[in-house]
Amino acid sequence: MSLYAAIFYLLATVILTATGLAITRRQPIHAVLYLIVAFLGTAALFFLLGAPLLAAFVVILYAGAIMVLILFVIMLLQRSPRELGLMPQWGHATLLGIVFLAVAIAMVFKDPGSGIVLQGAVAQPKDFGRFLFERYWLAVEIVSILLLVALVAIIQVARGRGTSGDEAERQTNPVRNSDGTLYPGGVVSKSTLAAEQQGIVSNGGKEGHP
Amino acid sequence: MIVPFGHVFLLAGLIFSMGLVCLVAHRNLIMTLVGVEVMMNAAAIAFVAAALRWQLMEGQAFVLFILAVAAAEVSVGLALVVGAYRRTGSLDPDHYDILKG
Repeated sequence: MSLYAAIFYLLATVILTATGLAITRRQPIHAVLYLIVAFLGTAALFFLLGAPLLAAFVVILYAGAIMVLILFVIMLLQRSPRELGLMPQWGHATLLGIVFLAVAIAMVFKDPGSGIVLQGAVAQPKDFGRFLFERYWLAVEIVSILLLVALVAIIQVARGRGTSGDEAERQTNPVRNSDGTLYPGGVVSKSTLAAEQQGIVSNGGKEGHP
Repeated sequence: MIVPFGHVFLLAGLIFSMGLVCLVAHRNLIMTLVGVEVMMNAAAIAFVAAALRWQLMEGQAFVLFILAVAAAEVSVGLALVVGAYRRTGSLDPDHYDILKG
């Protein structure tokens, strides 16, 4: 066993252990911390398999940005019950995973090409970037548009309940009655308000809206 | 000379099935997103191994796109989780029964 093979099996053990610990934690914050370890191991594995630029991207994007984003959201939802149990169907889910794994193992070992020993090669970041922007520049542009669409979607979702600004404004500004009392709910439709101001609604504000 | 190709694929399959179990079995929506991330990580490992096996850089280019899609997916997913939590006060998808009447 060469040195590279020893490093690979060590990294594989680290990744599998960290992922296994991550998916069995009840508290999401522990799971995310274990997952950061798994992603750092994945970055080292990418470096071993000859993709140094991707290793850097995994550290920056996955272990850095995405996991920190999930940690922020977990801390944002403070009042949530931190420990939620498993679905009642978790046994079926595990069975599904085991079946999938068995099929994958059978496919890997039936494939005659799976015994081919990988030869070491490194895609230098300069060569990789040149290749990417010469051959797949359109895909890179499409991915940038995808990120822009995701940004717009997040802003729309975070603005509130997906309603227009008119209704949101009505919900935040309580409507005052003619004698200065507030409507209890603070929400009133504009047509009712206009009708009351014109005296069309006869029973006034207090009886109609106790 | 590193390792046989099948061993790397086996590692990717193991990680993918772990992510699948995490995705389906957990009751917490954030753990569901974590499961999706684990599955994408497994796919990325398989792509890099295939790139080295055939000595082509297309596999690595795909991993770059996987990273971008994962970033977009998790950000939109977390925004939806926060929205659902604001509306219902729970992260349990069993509590999302507003339409039940």
